[in-house]
Amino acid sequence: MTEVQQALAEAHRREWAFVLAATVRVAGDLDLAEECAQDAFVAALATWAERGVPRNPGAWLTTVARHRAVDVLRRDQTLRGKLPLLVDANPSTPGPAEQEETGVIPDDRLRLVFTCCHPALAREAQVALTLRLVCGLTTAEIARGFLVSEPTMAARITRAKKKIATARIPYRVPPAHDLPDRLDAVLTVVHLLYTTGHTAPQGDTLVRAELVERALDLARMLHALMPDDREVRGLLALLLLTDARRATRTTADGRLLLLEEQDRTQWDQQAITEGRELVLHTLPRGRPGRFTLQAAIAAVHADAPTYADTDWREVLSLYDMLLAVWPSPVVVLNRAVAVAMVDGPAAGLAALDAVADDPRLATYPYLAATRGDLLRRLGQTCDAAQAYRTALSLATNTAERNFLAQRLTEVTDA
Amino acid sequence: MAQQYAILIYGDESGWEDAGPEQFDQMMKAHGAFAQGVAAQGGKIVGGEALGLTSTATSVRGDVVTDGPFVETKEALGGFYIIEAADLDQALAFAKQCPAPAGGVEVRPIMDTSGGAPGA
Repeated sequence: MTEVQQALAEAHRREWAFVLAATVRVAGDLDLAEECAQDAFVAALATWAERGVPRNPGAWLTTVARHRAVDVLRRDQTLRGKLPLLVDANPSTPGPAEQEETGVIPDDRLRLVFTCCHPALAREAQVALTLRLVCGLTTAEIARGFLVSEPTMAARITRAKKKIATARIPYRVPPAHDLPDRLDAVLTVVHLLYTTGHTAPQGDTLVRAELVERALDLARMLHALMPDDREVRGLLALLLLTDARRATRTTADGRLLLLEEQDRTQWDQQAITEGRELVLHTLPRGRPGRFTLQAAIAAVHADAPTYADTDWREVLSLYDMLLAVWPSPVVVLNRAVAVAMVDGPAAGLAALDAVADDPRLATYPYLAATRGDLLRRLGQTCDAAQAYRTALSLATNTAERNFLAQRLTEVTDA
Repeated sequence: MAQQYAILIYGDESGWEDAGPEQFDQMMKAHGAFAQGVAAQGGKIVGGEALGLTSTATSVRGDVVTDGPFVETKEALGGFYIIEAADLDQALAFAKQCPAPAGGVEVRPIMDTSGGAPGA
């Protein structure tokens, strides 16, 4: 790769959202803005090779993309009339001409994120749009990340864009009274991206690094744009602390390693330090939200020398707090594991009973897997085998399936 | 530039089958308050009607006439508004205020048919 190509790839990764978000404001239309932003990156390749990489590549790309959008609209007045212009809720903000005078390009990335994660869009559309518009991934890349065909993903993105234009989903950061709910949707999308990448729900590898990296980029971007928001900080901390363990989650041949089997000396200490700092900075300031509490739990694990020497009482009390702010059956399930570590596997099983028949967990393999594990530790091998069989019938990831099959063999042989 | 939206009110009709005048007055008051609220918040109600119960509906498909609503659902279309709002966020804010005690509402943008093909 030449120096220019490298600079361009770097700019695409770091500046795509900025370039597109600022161009949308001029273009008034997502498709036109995307086209102009892509054109700017193409133009950069030739121009930068000739005149060198500009000092501020993002600003260079944005200026080119915005000019192109203005040109297209000027050249084609009829197109302008036809475009379902995006609703810009703050017309008082300076237009392109004024910005040219001041030289300041507004940072519209938050508008872009909140538009992509608008609650009027289905979750899967929010995820796809965020990857496409905020991260600049191609439709093919997104389709690969979610194991759907490219035409399916293309249709999903087109439908979502059409809805934004036709139903007039506004291009803006929601007002203060809506912000907590709307931000929660954004954080949920980023977290979903991370977990989809971290434990790929299907396929032969456990981790899809591309999605994980993009989720971390997004969390960092949100933290930079909303440095005072505690849940944004909590989410970034959670992703860092979880991702610190990435390299130790599977063996070289792809076998799944549980938390208790992982080589803790290989955990990424830099990520742990950064995540821990974020948690410590967030926890004492009032009632923590669900991402902050999950980060705090991850921090306790990160600080523990071994699985057995983990401060399970602290973990359990954090799960109690988490359950209070986020009464999800998955939290009940994870809390039961902590209960088992504090009060023994029988108590853990009793805690698990609360969600045993929860329809929301009916297809969730971890419920049966956890049950099997607790039964195995109680020496009830028959019941444990039955639970592992159930988990095996629900798991779709190959690494996880192999792990469960191995556990099943262990308890059947015992 | 405002956009027009339909607010379609869906609900379980069973509570209305033997409703008394008191219940009717209450509903009318709630809708009156809704209309005032929309205007006060800078929106506009372009139109709207309450529909007779689905037991009074007759459906026609081609030449075939049948008794009842077009689609049998537990929560039936009971009325609608056409409103004007700045964007979907404002329309959804109005929708949240629209009385629909036995169900909920659906918000749909009104298609602009003056400018050629829709939504392309």
